[in-house]
Amino acid sequence: MGAETEYGIHAPGGSSFNATWLSTQVVHAYSQETKQRAAAGGETRWDYTDEDPLADARGWSMPRNVAHPSQLTDNESELTAAQIALEGGETGDPSIPLMMNMVLGNGARLYVDHAHPEYSSPEVTNPLDAVRWDAAGDLVALAAVRRIAATPGLPEINLYKNNTDNKSVSYGSHENYLMPRHVPFKNIVSGLTPFFVTRAIMCGAGRVGLGQDGSGMGFQISQRADFFEAEVGLETTIRRPIINTRDEPHAVAEKYRRLHVIIGDANLSQVSNYLKFGTTALVLDMIEHGNAPELEFADPVSTLREISHDWQLQQTHLLRNGTRVSALDVQWLYLNAATAHAAANGSTDPTTGDSHTAALLAKWEEVLTALGNDPMSLASQLEWVAKLNLLQQYRARDKMAWNDPRLGLIDLQWSDVRPEKGLYYKLLQHGRMQRLVTDESIAAAVLAPPTDTRAYFRGRCIQEFGAHVVGASWDSVIFELPQLRRLQRVSTKEPLRGTHALTAGLFDANTGLADFLAQLLSGPH
Amino acid sequence: MASQEQKNVSSRTEEEHVDEAPLPTPAPDSGAAQAATSGVDDLLDEIDGVLESNAEEFVRGFVQKGGQ
Repeated sequence: MGAETEYGIHAPGGSSFNATWLSTQVVHAYSQETKQRAAAGGETRWDYTDEDPLADARGWSMPRNVAHPSQLTDNESELTAAQIALEGGETGDPSIPLMMNMVLGNGARLYVDHAHPEYSSPEVTNPLDAVRWDAAGDLVALAAVRRIAATPGLPEINLYKNNTDNKSVSYGSHENYLMPRHVPFKNIVSGLTPFFVTRAIMCGAGRVGLGQDGSGMGFQISQRADFFEAEVGLETTIRRPIINTRDEPHAVAEKYRRLHVIIGDANLSQVSNYLKFGTTALVLDMIEHGNAPELEFADPVSTLREISHDWQLQQTHLLRNGTRVSALDVQWLYLNAATAHAAANGSTDPTTGDSHTAALLAKWEEVLTALGNDPMSLASQLEWVAKLNLLQQYRARDKMAWNDPRLGLIDLQWSDVRPEKGLYYKLLQHGRMQRLVTDESIAAAVLAPPTDTRAYFRGRCIQEFGAHVVGASWDSVIFELPQLRRLQRVSTKEPLRGTHALTAGLFDANTGLADFLAQLLSGPH
Repeated sequence: MASQEQKNVSSRTEEEHVDEAPLPTPAPDSGAAQAATSGVDDLLDEIDGVLESNAEEFVRGFVQKGGQ
């Protein structure tokens, strides 16, 4: 699994800068910050060979000429000074090439996606690692912000890990899950939709304002809920669907699909992020084995919104069979099914099970129980409850109505990536937010890839041979061999190959690139 | 009362050994969580000090272009 985070980007102070130019400065700053790669020749180009954003998981492909321009994500965007000037932005120093794409030594990708900087985490195998390498991205964003602040001539640039500007615009934080290709897509849709419609009660990030433009007064559980308008679809920027059908596996296509999940909020809270990745992965496993609960909301899109707006968890929602359930009822249904599923397949067995499922189920149960008794008791765990708690304290002290601009500012500044400004980080510093992974391990994850996926190979290649890596993607690394006049493309289409166990010996032998590649391509790696 | 608590604790030891979760779940700082309003006030005072100065203008200026 893996996480993608598009950061909100803002240059305060009135001057209007081109958002793409600002985002490019973030990527550029990080490449300057990590001197190793900058000295080695700058950016690693993204290899778009295997990208196919118009392939639909339901079995067809959208013609390019009917696609919205923002859907053509396999075209490398070349940002020219002329383009920026046309859009009324500042170009900065024209002698410095603009850097829009990097592959990092931890296996992640940092690039400009539309008008936001995006960090796509390396592939991981468990939810704690998902939390760790996603949080590492926040430190990458912070390092870029610091670098920009220390660079004369550049405007102040702030980054926010949120999902809306409260003025009708939303930007995503996506999750990706590897699944076997043989699972029928209709089973994924039916098994996942009720879960996605209700899971925000655990992993919503909280939002001040109702409606896409935030003009309605009040608080809601999710940043994203009001921006979803369809049940199933290919789009991610318009008519956003609860289940996204983009079918770019970035792996052996006959064996795997990558389920691209666009409905989640970006999370700073580790507990919310952990439950988001962990419970979703578990539900997908249940769907794969035919053990998912069977229920269907009468109107999933409007129910998604109602649940987000019902932060007191009072309402029930109509099912297609005419009965009514609460969001909490639905989550209990999934938890109970997951507990039985895990007991049956042995994954929670204390001696023979994996080391993650039992802990995940325990946390899921703890949180659902507390949501049923007193949601506010989760103020140190769930992101929306923590944010709401802070807002309520302000409202009580200063007698503020929900449309007070200071509450909007608290909502926004909650997600500032700078620990001296970000309010989430203030609560963390005061011991008011629970940690599941240590600060040290997050800092280590900025530099080091996970050891148990192909991200290990990608990351070590950048670390060891960065000067000779001319391109990379999720399923390839392309080398330029100094002595040969050709490029060598190494395919990494098996997500669980290229691990530490399989390739660390080759890297550590320290033989030089030519021998490394010769051994790699002759061996069973 | 004290002895009863003691008994409860010891009778649960065995069970706790069995389902020892590998996930580190440190308890929230219960001292801070239970601190009286003064703790909350101190926190809000500190946050007052870091909030951007003109809330209305700052929030209005935060305009994003579309994303995914």
